[in-house]
Amino acid sequence: MKIEFTLNGEKKHLDVHAATRLLDVLRGHFGLIGVKEGCGEGECGACMVLINGRAMNSCMIPMGNLEGKNVITPEAFCQSERGRIIEDAFMEAGAVQCGFCTPGFIMATASLLNANPDPDEAQIREALSGNLCRCTGYTAIVRAVRIAAGKGAGAC
Amino acid sequence: MKTGISKAVERTDARKKIRGEAEYIADRHFEEQLYAKTIRSSKAKARILEIRLPEMPADYFAVGRNDVPGLNRMRTVVSDHPIFAEEQVEYIGQPLFLLVGPDREKLCDLADMVNIRYEEEAGVFTLEEAEKQDTVFTDYQYRKGDPAAAFRDAAQIIEEEFRTGYQEHAYLEPQGIAAEYRNGILYVYGSMQCPYYVRNALLETMAIPDKQIRIIQTVTGGAFGGKEEFPSLTACQVAVAAKKTEKPVMMIYDRDEDIRCSTKRHPSLIRCRAALDKNNAVTGLEMDVLLNAGAYNGLSPVVLQRALFSATGVYDIPHLRVRGRNYRTNMTPSGAFRGFGAPQSIFAIEMLMLQIAVRLGEDPLEYKMRHALKQGSQTCTGGKVREEVKLPEIVGKIRKMSAYVKKQKNKKPFSGIGASLFLHGCGFTGRGESDIRGKVILSKDKDSVTLRVSSVEMGQGAETVLRKIVAQSLDIPIEKVNYAQVDTGAVPDSGPTVASRTTMIVGGLLQECAKEMKARWRECDRLEIEKVYQHPSWLHWDDSTFQGDAYPVYSWGANIAEVEVDPISYEISVKKIYAVYDVGVPVDLRTLDGQMQGGIAQGIGWATIELMEGEAGRLKQSNLTDYKVPTSMDTPEMEIAYVNNPYPYGPFGAKCAGELPFVGSPPAVAAAVSDALGRKINYIPLTPESLMESDNED
Ligand code: FES
Ligand code: FES
Repeated sequence: MKIEFTLNGEKKHLDVHAATRLLDVLRGHFGLIGVKEGCGEGECGACMVLINGRAMNSCMIPMGNLEGKNVITPEAFCQSERGRIIEDAFMEAGAVQCGFCTPGFIMATASLLNANPDPDEAQIREALSGNLCRCTGYTAIVRAVRIAAGKGAGAC
Repeated sequence: MKTGISKAVERTDARKKIRGEAEYIADRHFEEQLYAKTIRSSKAKARILEIRLPEMPADYFAVGRNDVPGLNRMRTVVSDHPIFAEEQVEYIGQPLFLLVGPDREKLCDLADMVNIRYEEEAGVFTLEEAEKQDTVFTDYQYRKGDPAAAFRDAAQIIEEEFRTGYQEHAYLEPQGIAAEYRNGILYVYGSMQCPYYVRNALLETMAIPDKQIRIIQTVTGGAFGGKEEFPSLTACQVAVAAKKTEKPVMMIYDRDEDIRCSTKRHPSLIRCRAALDKNNAVTGLEMDVLLNAGAYNGLSPVVLQRALFSATGVYDIPHLRVRGRNYRTNMTPSGAFRGFGAPQSIFAIEMLMLQIAVRLGEDPLEYKMRHALKQGSQTCTGGKVREEVKLPEIVGKIRKMSAYVKKQKNKKPFSGIGASLFLHGCGFTGRGESDIRGKVILSKDKDSVTLRVSSVEMGQGAETVLRKIVAQSLDIPIEKVNYAQVDTGAVPDSGPTVASRTTMIVGGLLQECAKEMKARWRECDRLEIEKVYQHPSWLHWDDSTFQGDAYPVYSWGANIAEVEVDPISYEISVKKIYAVYDVGVPVDLRTLDGQMQGGIAQGIGWATIELMEGEAGRLKQSNLTDYKVPTSMDTPEMEIAYVNNPYPYGPFGAKCAGELPFVGSPPAVAAAVSDALGRKINYIPLTPESLMESDNED
């Protein structure tokens, strides 16, 4: 089927099978390797992207659901003002180890701060609970989100 | 500690990872590349009678044992795992052959059409069955003092049995590997810890000289031991496929396949007998460690060794009889996993000491400290504790941080507090370092330098830490120190990235290079300095009797855990972890904190929610829905501190760190659960179902 959607600010027209996973289109067709496949079953969050501002697992989204939607991937998000604040916060907190989970956490952070610019620790932990990280034990990631919120990543 | 080498610098690999620019193996693409899919045994133990393949379309191939040019065995400590199964299969998921072709979906369709006839045989699955049928792979023992006398003269003898379960590494990046031939050279790329292990395996399986092989590590998305020996197997498989098809071949596991078929932490059954004298001191210990090695022995013998040499934990027990056996079962092979056998033993000894203290009505922490090793004490293998043992300072600090005594007194029902003391032997066991003889190269080009090692960045921060050690030794900015791409064609063998050895051993060698380079800095624009590990002459080890210094030095620690147990559902929530460590001198506090926090969380997972069970050879949990690893909601707040204890032979005084936190958190959590429920804990993981069940038995 023919699908029209916005990807990182650009209009895209694509003729794909409705059941094709967004993940495969982003990685395979557009070469957006910041979107990772960690499980392919909606459990790990490594494949997260922003769809209309909310973080979603792209491995669970069929292209058929994408008509008219606005998709942002970690690559493009990190170019934005907010992206830069969040990136710096992750650096400062030491929230990155192997990095395979990281772009997904950046998306989850952006999504949380969109909805709640000043979350407390419990709200942060809740909001990140769809993303797995096996390296950090989450402490540093939670701190990174707090730092980002403190620097106004939710406001801009 | 906030200054000098401990002061954190920005991680040099992190920004690329955040922005999604780092290329993991699945992000690579080779021209004309083919994909590989592994066809596996569906039987736990069987003879293969017949394999019927579907008609293969053009460009699609089956690649199996008849295509292996050299040895059809994966080279490791015991080279017993076939690259592709022969007449016999020994576990469910054992690789039979690969289907290779350009389209992944088509490969799945073809895989569904493969028909295999087996003649099934009776398998062995659990440690109990294995012990009964005596399917032993390795049987080790050692002694210290006069255990017979200690038990004969004992005022009291206490016996306990402990069990620990499987654990899946669950690195976020699944296994992935690719091979291609270019100009007569075999290139292998992939997610791995030990490029030279992979090379050595390929030398034998491909039967080609080392000049024709290059292994290039790609950005590695977590490993924890799971990418120690396993990639040697997959590398050999794709290399055989690349040779046959004359095309690049890429193999990326999906999560299910990864969980079902890659190595796991060894399940253990540990029997302990302790002899107490009339002053209630433990004077004798018998420990019998049984590990489920799975279908092939692989590197299980060395895992067992570390388990045995960690038998007494931080305690000075004069009379010992320690035995350990690896058993063959028809289960997925067990393998390396952070801690490498030590976590199983430390769990047993920590729970045993706790239970004895509780029985005697003594405060557990005080009772344990009365037995603690000191500088000059004999280790369990009759070696010597050379460093100052700062356990008193560690314990003093953690008591204060956690308000331990106050909290013990004001306990609410179903909440508990528990402590663990632990150590970890730094670097390889026994003669390991002197056998490997790690080599590093530091070269200078005008005002910048490049370090060449085979020690990989896999998330732990090696790249940053090694660059930092060189930069600070040379007094130049870290940006002037390059970390060469790990490529066996271009870097020397500094040894595998395992055993918490990278900072201490490899970093130490690099520091030596840097010191020499600094002295000769003005000599010329180009300079290359090479160092090879020399085993200190004061270390003695006898591999046949297991006597001597099993490790050159130890890192130490204490954890205190606070938990709450839901009285109805029995769900455990870990509320807080306090931790104090002696890792010599922290080389980079932020990186170190990351290792500690991650290790603590992984240990909590193993102790509480990470249940993996075998059922007649099949692992019941095969995806991240069934196999739960901790999320941000399951992981508590952590308060971490360090005591400084410079190790004169480590770079800037550093010792080992990466595995230490994993060893410490499980017994602390189990002790806290024991405290909350007022009963003994003799196994992990402490799932609600198991706690409920054993409560009904009580
Ligand atoms: S890959 Fe999509 S949630 Fe794991
Ligand atoms: S940094 Fe490795 S999984 Fe999160």
